[in-house]
Formats: sequence, C-alpha cells, structure tokens
Amino acid sequence: MRKRMLKSAVLSMGALALLSVPAKAQQIIRVDGSSTVYPLTEGVAEEFQKAKRGAVKVTVGISGTGGGFKKFCRGETDISNASRPILAREMEECRRNGVQYIELPVAYDGLAVVVNPRNNWATCMTVDQLKEVWKPESQGKRMMWSDLDPNWPRQEIKLCGPGSDSGTFDYFTEAIVGKAKSSRGDYLASEDDNVLVQFAQRERGALCYFGLAYVEENKGKVKAIQIRNPKTGQCVAPTYQTVQNGTYQPLSRPLFIYVNAKAVQERPEVREFVEFYLKNAGKIARQVGYIALPDRAYKMAEERFNKRVLGTVFGGEPEVGLTIDELLKREAKQ
Amino acid sequence: MTLSIGVKKSIDIALYLFLMLMGAVSIFITFAIVWVLLVDTVRFFTHPEGGGFPTSLIRFFTETQWTPTFYYKQIGIWPLVNGTFIIAFISMLISIPLGIVVAIYLSEYASWKVRETVKPWLDFLEAVPTVVYGYFALLFVTPILSKLLAPFGIYVEGMNALSPGIVIGIMILPYTASMIEDAFKGVPQYLREASYSLGASKLRTALFVVLPAAKSGVLSAYLLGFSRAIGETMVVAVAAGMYPQITANPLEPVQTITGYIVQVALGDLPFGSFEYLSIFAAGFMLFGITLILNSIAVYLKSKTVGY
Repeated sequence: MRKRMLKSAVLSMGALALLSVPAKAQQIIRVDGSSTVYPLTEGVAEEFQKAKRGAVKVTVGISGTGGGFKKFCRGETDISNASRPILAREMEECRRNGVQYIELPVAYDGLAVVVNPRNNWATCMTVDQLKEVWKPESQGKRMMWSDLDPNWPRQEIKLCGPGSDSGTFDYFTEAIVGKAKSSRGDYLASEDDNVLVQFAQRERGALCYFGLAYVEENKGKVKAIQIRNPKTGQCVAPTYQTVQNGTYQPLSRPLFIYVNAKAVQERPEVREFVEFYLKNAGKIARQVGYIALPDRAYKMAEERFNKRVLGTVFGGEPEVGLTIDELLKREAKQ
Repeated sequence: MTLSIGVKKSIDIALYLFLMLMGAVSIFITFAIVWVLLVDTVRFFTHPEGGGFPTSLIRFFTETQWTPTFYYKQIGIWPLVNGTFIIAFISMLISIPLGIVVAIYLSEYASWKVRETVKPWLDFLEAVPTVVYGYFALLFVTPILSKLLAPFGIYVEGMNALSPGIVIGIMILPYTASMIEDAFKGVPQYLREASYSLGASKLRTALFVVLPAAKSGVLSAYLLGFSRAIGETMVVAVAAGMYPQITANPLEPVQTITGYIVQVALGDLPFGSFEYLSIFAAGFMLFGITLILNSIAVYLKSKTVGY
C-alpha cells in the first residue's frame, strides 16, 4: 500500500514536471495596469499569441492604473495599461529608476450618466446640474429631482457610481465638479459595474455614472441621458459615434498604453506586439465595448512609436475634454 | 540496515535544527509583516499632506470623517472602526446563540454516526470562497431584507451593514461551533455521569454542568470568531458599500477597515502617495485591534477547566 502510494506520488510529480517544462523557451511580454484597459489589451494579446503560434506569451495583470505604474516604473513590466495619463509622482518614480516610456493612446472610453428606465422626465442634463448634485458641499443633503429643474417631479435622487479609488471617479469629478477627486462621498459605490446597473434598475430616482460599455450591454435595463456639451450647447447622447467625433464632451476620455522604451529597443517581440496593437486596437476595441480612435489617430500613434517619442504630453496633470488630434500634436516631456 | 548510535544522534540533531528553523521561519514572517506595516504607517503619519507628525496622528483619532482618497482629505479612523465593529457585532449576534446550540447538539446529543456526517458539511461551509458569500449577501440576503422590512415602512439601502453581518455570522458559525465543541469534549466524562446520576436531564447537564466547565474555551472561541469577523474582507468589500460613516443604523451603508484596504489596493491610485499609504495606517489599526482580542482569547484558553 505504502509502496503504491509512493509510486503514484512519484509518477504524478513526474507528470507535473513534464507539463511545466515548455516545448521551447517562450518569450514573455509582461503587461499590467488599469482594469479598464484590460479587456482591450487582453483581446489584442490573444490575437497576437495566435498570430505568433505561441512563441510569445503575453501576460496581462489588473493592478489598477496606479499599481501598474508602480511595477512599470520599477522596470518589472514592459507595458502599462492606463485609464489616465501618468501623474507627476509616477513620472518622478520612473525617472529615478531610469525607466523611459512611450505614451500611446489606444482607444476611447466614454462615461455615461444613467437613470432608471421609468424616469421619463430627465432626457438631457447640463454639467452644472450634475455638479450641483455631486459636489462635495452637497454631502448629506437629500436632493429631489425638482431641485435641479422645477418641471421635474419631487422624487429623491439616489446616487451611485464607482469607488473613490478608480480612474473613472477621477475623470468624472475632474470633468463635472472641476477638480479631480472632489466629490460627495455618500453615494452607493461599487467597483462592480453590474451592481451599479442593478441599483439604477431598481431605484426610480437613481442617478449613476459608469463606463459606456456597460450601458451598451444593459440596454433596456437603464437609460443613458444626453449631456449638454458646454462648448456647443448641444445635447449629445453617449454613443460610440459621438465619442469618436468628439462631440460627446466632457465625459469621454482616451485610454493609454505606456511602453518601456528599453524593452522596445532590445526586444523585437515587444516592438512587434506594440505595432500589432496599434494595427488591431480599433477592431478589438469595438469587440470589447470601447470606442476605436479615428484611423488617422492610429496612424499618428504609429508614427509616434516609430520615432520613439519619449515621455508624456500631459505633464503629470489630469486633463479633460481633449480631442485626440490635439493630444497627438502635442510635444511630449519626460 | 542498522545505524550506529553516533549516526543516529547526528541525524537527530540535524532534524531538530531543521524543524527549529522551520518554526523560526513562521515567526520571522510574522515579524516581517508587522515591520512592513509599521514602516508605511510611519510614512503615512509623517507625510506632509496629512500635516506631518504629530498633527496627523491627532487628526487620525479626532476627526470624524475618513476621506483620504478625496480632494478634501479627512483622516479620522473612527468611521472605519465603527463600520468594522457594527458588522462584527451583527455577525456575533448570529453566531453566538447558533454556535452554542450547534455545539451542544453535536457533542451531547448527536449519535456518533450523525456527528461524522454533519461535521464534514460544516467544514464544507468553511471551504466556500468568501467572495461567494459576498455576492450571496448582496444578491440574495439584501433583497430579502428589503422585502421583509418594506411592510413596516423601513427602507433598506442597496448596500448596508446588516446583510454582510448576517452572512459573516453564518460563515464563521462552523468555526466557532467546532471550537466550542472541542471545549465541550475536554470536559471530563465523570462530570456528566455525576450529573446524570443525580437525575439531571441531558439538557440540564449540557447547560449547567458542561457549559460552565468549558466556559473559558467557549469565550475564547467567541473572541477568535469575533477576530475573524473583524478581519473578514471580501464579504464586506462586496456587500457593505464603500461609505465610511459613523452610524448605529445597520440598514445604512458602511465601510470596514478591510473593505477600505481592498478598495484602495485594487484601485488606480499612485503607489506611495498619501492616499495609498492610508491603507497601512488603517491596517495597523486593525492589527492592533485583533492583536488585543487574540491575546485575550489565548489567555482565556490557557486557563484550565474549572468552576
């Protein structure tokens, strides 16, 4: 009996050892960062691995934009997914460790403001109205829809949105309240977008915000409302088209990948992967619920990559309402 | 094959050293964890954004809001401690009575056969991943609560302290029940027999003889259960909301220390920033609380069975 157990143990160990030895040495590209960008990078990585027939392995982590930059600036990853530009602190960290990077926009993400489907009064809202609700001074106040517009009913506004640690929160507060991270805290917060969708579906007075991709997935369960573009005064509905042509402002943002410049120089597989990424990002963005950049933007990004333009065009500050053309024309700084 | 005495001795010594080293590793890891916590906690309290030391430490214990991730930063830890304790108390309200009942049944009433079938199922409850419990609380318990309380005109928030509290209570039940049962098992058989011979019923024996005799074991089981409820992470991260506030109303959303740590650790905040470091200060607070509780539990357990 003992002998038999020993035998099977040895055999299974041997089998494990065989399984864990790859057929030939694989090249590994390490990617980490934002969970928002993850589906896109993962989609590209799958296609790339198929194209390479398994000679290159791409691992994509989801440590969040901040956690991703932490690893990236220590030189542990080759590429970092980011749902916001790199910030001053992180630039400093990269500089200290001598990590240089190329900043590339890869797709758009739109934020949608949604209400309950039975909400038949709110069709278009202004940035000022949203600010009135979400600003930190409103903390603890029970607000009615009629407070925002006298024609609307006396129905209590029930707020929900992503947690205060997410890039989405940063972007929304920056765009609506005018200061990143400046928001009231007494709303239903969850990192799980499905929880937010459920809430908006249940509460008649719900007013929530989250990624446009989830609105598309949950058509009929929630109602996305139009936002009045502060520059043109037009009410614009959040759709892939309006995000792409830059009319849905200020709630659409570009998503980035940051590529380690040294890895590009020294490792052909990283260079190939990034080129593959820029060629296929548009197609895959549509598949995973994001919005592709205009074709010319991918061309400009490719040029930027081929010229190895180092640094960021944002100077370590978050910005709102940039069109992709403005962004790609700018000078980058380290 | 026989070995000489000398060889046997040296094997003995080598094994002894090896095992001692293994034991030392676990202690060393514990110290390393505390060290990491301590270093970043110090960095948090000396960070200029919090006002530096000692201002930040005073703010930590005097402010009533916890908003380090917002633009207007307040760093009063009490809302998180409040959320942590509310949920832990609710879970204890569930697991204290149930734990005793289950343990009495298993150790005094159940036949050997029943016990052998029931115990694995209890252990199975422990094996369920906590994130599953979290979604169970959010998608199953919360809607039921709001349906039950709606006729009384009570509105239950979509995220609240009650639902994860109940679920954690169920979750730690096998843990507390089996520890209490162990304490009951330690009560000598002759005490029970003496009680029976005086004409006491089974229930009377269990409640008035066995339970008092196993008192310290039961108390320490509860304290350890309480520690577990305080340290529980995924359930509260999913179902309790993310709104740190000081409230005694279990129907409102709260945030626990662990919930906050998960939120920030998985978020998009830059590493090493004041916001990021705040999780270490919160974690250190949690460490302090559980250390005190566990010390009391260990002390109680060390007391022998007595009256």
